[in-house]
Amino acid sequence: MIELKNVTKTYQMGEVQVNALDGVSVSVAYGEFVAVVGPSGSGKSTLMNIIGCLDLAEDGDYRLNGRLIGDYSEKQLSEIRNKEIGFIFQQFNLLSKLTAYQNVELPLIYQGLPLAERKERTRDSLAKVGLSDRMSHRPVELSGGQQQRVAIARALSTNPALILADEPTGNLDSRSGREIMNLLISLHKEGKGIILITHDADIAAMASRRLYMKDGRIEKDSAAGGDGA
Amino acid sequence: MKFSQAVKMAFMALRSNKVRSFLTMLGIIIGVIAVTLLISVVEGATGEITGQIESLGSNLIHVQLPAGRQTYLTLGDLQRLEQEESIFGATGVITRTGNVSAGVESDSFRVEGVTARYQHITGQVVAEGRFICDIDVQAHTYNAVVGIEAAKELFGTANCTGNKLDINGYGFTVVGVLEESATMLANKDMVLLIPLTTAQRLFYNKEFDSLYISAVSPEQVETAESVTEEFLIREIGEDSGYSIINQSAIISVMNEVMGVMTILLSGIAAISLLVGGIGIMNIMLVSVTERTREIGIRKAIGAQRSDILSQFLIEAVVLSLSGGAVGLALSFLALNALGMAMEISMAMSAGTVALALGFSAFVGIVFGIYPAGKAANLRPIDALRYE
Repeated sequence: MIELKNVTKTYQMGEVQVNALDGVSVSVAYGEFVAVVGPSGSGKSTLMNIIGCLDLAEDGDYRLNGRLIGDYSEKQLSEIRNKEIGFIFQQFNLLSKLTAYQNVELPLIYQGLPLAERKERTRDSLAKVGLSDRMSHRPVELSGGQQQRVAIARALSTNPALILADEPTGNLDSRSGREIMNLLISLHKEGKGIILITHDADIAAMASRRLYMKDGRIEKDSAAGGDGA
Repeated sequence: MKFSQAVKMAFMALRSNKVRSFLTMLGIIIGVIAVTLLISVVEGATGEITGQIESLGSNLIHVQLPAGRQTYLTLGDLQRLEQEESIFGATGVITRTGNVSAGVESDSFRVEGVTARYQHITGQVVAEGRFICDIDVQAHTYNAVVGIEAAKELFGTANCTGNKLDINGYGFTVVGVLEESATMLANKDMVLLIPLTTAQRLFYNKEFDSLYISAVSPEQVETAESVTEEFLIREIGEDSGYSIINQSAIISVMNEVMGVMTILLSGIAAISLLVGGIGIMNIMLVSVTERTREIGIRKAIGAQRSDILSQFLIEAVVLSLSGGAVGLALSFLALNALGMAMEISMAMSAGTVALALGFSAFVGIVFGIYPAGKAANLRPIDALRYE
């Protein structure tokens, strides 16, 4: 479903030009669980932003489900982000003034769904992450692990085929981190495609495929037998 | 996203920052109060004054004759004018400024030489004593009737019948005091009235300075005016420079003046609304910067550019419209209090309400569009990275 061909991206950091992505080519099939591993500055986040349609590639082609994303308008990209991709961030990125319920409901509001359907989907998603009893809590009233679970529920509410997780356990203690990983693994078993960024080798080991990045390139791909796993 | 959802979101955002929202609204509140109060007060006062003028009846016509020019008009000519069906009475007046002294008090006053008919034509009421009568005019007596304010200034009291005063060195006896004038056209509060013939001698002048003509009824004023005009053209010529004034002309002039006042005052008040609008823009810009990350999150989970634009625009409009509504409510209370204190009805017209609400919504849109556009144009990736 994901196909990158020679994708490049450069950033201007003051005087210096940084090649965040330097000709990345990779394809990921439906329902794969892929971990992207690499030191900071290796281009993992840039890769994820491009896959998540938050950013556009400078050069090269990115196809999502066969569609060439570079040709899409901003409006269409918003729709893809809304309906086909669920995001999970390291900082959770919940809206602090909204309750857990309202946070999960938000992408459905942007879809323009009627109230009854929003209610059902929001409750289902929160139930899935085990937070049915925390619906009217605001993020500050929840623990880090709970906040991340709300974020996962938000990502699930629109029922996307692909979940992008950018170091989802990076801000959590090891126990909450394990809970989150178990949740992601069970989502994978249900058939969701997951792309996970991490620099933790233990977490990367839980994925079925690992991409190792360095200096804006994919150095090793476990699917190609690169790491012997 | 549906509109009702967007409005709900706007209210949520504004509620979460109550003090700031209120302070931002304050600019609009004050602006709306200024606009509605000023307009309503001017409207109320205009209504009150025109009402007063109209209630007096408006059958009086005043003719200002050309100054410094012989017209050779006599009382006999005016009697012929009185024959006309639409005209109740016509009289001529000599008006001069005289040095008037009574005891130690001395000042310049307007002195008018009048006939007995003058009282009936202008509807003057004598508060004390009597008016100038036919015998005064025939015998050119040195009797005077004084306006109430003039009486107070000269004698310190309104009860001054029988007192003596000097006009340009000639001794007069006060035979009557006028009641306070209720009309603008023939206000004699500060005037001294003496017999016409005496005035002709005193001022060495036989010519009338102006004429007072009254129609038989307010409905006949226009006919009376045209009859008078024909009379004047016949007697003294078309381009001689006379001018005819009646009460309805005064009312229309006054309405014009009040209209200009309204525009002027509301223009000034609109400036305060403008300042309020700039306050909204300022706060919305701060809000957009503060909420950059929120905007990034919203965009990441699928908000369209238009969703963000309408969210912030609606916030601005909700701010300004609520300010407008609060301002209207407060000025409604203030008007009621003011009306009661001044005993004038100062109702807020529907037009004023519409103007205030329309203007505040307009201000919200105009000053909200730039910050909202700025928010909508943020790139999701930049907004998400914002700390």
